Amino acid sequence: MTAHINLSQAGVLAKSLAASVTLLEPVARFSLRTGAAGQAKLSAALGLTLPTKVGQRTQAGQTEVLCLGPDEWMLHTSESLAGTILQACESVYADAPHSLTEISDREVTVRIEGPKASELLTLGCPRDLDKLPVGEARRTVFDGATIILWRDAAETYRIDVWRSFAPHLISLLQTGCGELAAE
Amino acid sequence: MLLIRCPYCEETLPEMEFTYAGEAHIVRPENPSDMSDEAWRDFLFIRSNVKGPHFERWRHSHGCARFFNAVRDTVSDRFLTTYKAGEPRPDLASLLSAAGQSESEK
Ligand SMILES: [Zn+2]
Repeated sequence: MTAHINLSQAGVLAKSLAASVTLLEPVARFSLRTGAAGQAKLSAALGLTLPTKVGQRTQAGQTEVLCLGPDEWMLHTSESLAGTILQACESVYADAPHSLTEISDREVTVRIEGPKASELLTLGCPRDLDKLPVGEARRTVFDGATIILWRDAAETYRIDVWRSFAPHLISLLQTGCGELAAE
Repeated sequence: MLLIRCPYCEETLPEMEFTYAGEAHIVRPENPSDMSDEAWRDFLFIRSNVKGPHFERWRHSHGCARFFNAVRDTVSDRFLTTYKAGEPRPDLASLLSAAGQSESEK
């Protein structure tokens, strides 16, 4: 059974003594692909350093960038800065060929926090979360759906999930929130 | 569940993030139309079906999304090594002797 969840309304989706699950406000999201040659110029244009190790992230103001693969990054920023990102990358396109795709609507983000946040994630994520350092993130899987898992603090995470998978993922988290609190 | 080391992420991760992608080091012929039907059939369909150490491709599909190669023992499911796509086929004898040594250290 998949719960009906209004994905256009940010707010608390589940809350218990164990953890809370919150749908966050929309952000601008970009997928950036480029080879080694263009990275320095793109970093300069964006005003931040593109991290080169998978899972590392850097932040400058409201813009956050995560290395997903050897030539792939995820960029989040506020909706008001989306145009700035587009212009910055376009300005170096001739010297630093790349692909920048706006995917703001493709995903939604939920925040999971609380004393049992890590335990709640084990419901669907096969990773050993002890090996995911605070301040990093990984693309991984949650019950069959690809997600990006950001660890913001020891028991505070964000999950980016494709919109169509969100009701499935959120309903699992809602169930887990209740079950872990009942223990 | 298998644990697989991704040579791009440099982490050992659960099998559920990965997808198997068939035998490795099979090179697509430059000019398929020059080939006989039999040779083309062999390229498309005929695989070695090894019992023991097998050179095979995997993809870190729920991770960095890269294809890479692995040597896995098809009997024990043990991974002898993984390496980046495009790197040469590792020497099997030294892989096996390294695996034997780490076995005897246990
Ligand atoms: Zn990987």
